[in-house]
Amino acid sequence: MIVTPGWYMALAAILFSIGAAGILVRRNALVMFMSVELMLNAVNLSFVAAGREVGLITGQVAVLFVMVVAAAEVTVGLAIIVAVFRRRNTASVDELATLRG
Amino acid sequence: MSYEVVETVLFVLFAAIALAGAVTMVWAANPVHSALGLLATMFAIAVFYVLGSGHFIAAVQVIVYAGAVITLFLFVVMLIGVDEAEDRSERLPFQRQAALLLAGLLSAAILVAGSGAWVTGARNPVEPQGTIEAVSDELFGTWVLPFEITGLLFIVAAAGTIVLAQYRSRQRDEEQA
Repeated sequence: MIVTPGWYMALAAILFSIGAAGILVRRNALVMFMSVELMLNAVNLSFVAAGREVGLITGQVAVLFVMVVAAAEVTVGLAIIVAVFRRRNTASVDELATLRG
Repeated sequence: MSYEVVETVLFVLFAAIALAGAVTMVWAANPVHSALGLLATMFAIAVFYVLGSGHFIAAVQVIVYAGAVITLFLFVVMLIGVDEAEDRSERLPFQRQAALLLAGLLSAAILVAGSGAWVTGARNPVEPQGTIEAVSDELFGTWVLPFEITGLLFIVAAAGTIVLAQYRSRQRDEEQA
């Protein structure tokens, strides 16, 4: 049995869907944020598998860029969560309904 | 043992770990357990990078994600307190069921759409070796301008984080006044 890139891509698709389910199901802003990270990682995995299949290093360079942007996103996102928690004393997105008409 | 057998065994083992970690992350009531589940998934993905000859990005994955990002998450969990009493009741009826159904449908749709052609493009039998030298040749050759722009992005992100961290609530200012 040989592991083809399709296996990695199928695994990446399932991990991505689990991350999407996490965003839809959870109400804790932190866990939703972790779900976003999981989705980014799943896409990275598919980049590496595709680059391996085509024989180009570009897939790995793309992963590096995604990691950089994700790291920047994590710092700002967590700062926002902490700022919201200081003001509202909650990390639940259901409580943040001020814009509701 | 041949390389194929080793890769198959490692793939099955670490795919199970990655999926278990991901499901733990979504379902655990305690955010600390969620972070640890995500950590397991990150490590498993680093193993997949090694299997795909991405040695450098595997190291970066462990250092940046498993090291820095998860630590940051755990710091924030400790900062805002472990809130295990998350209200699992929904304000909209059947929202949870609908969410799980939609996630299942998304997974099925991606798998069906991709089962025909996962990878398009000319197939190259030579597997790229993701050493530091090979990655840096590509990064600082073709992609040097995007690389510089990510540097700018980092400065903006760091400045934004500092501004957000200096936020003070109006109430506290009044108490101090």
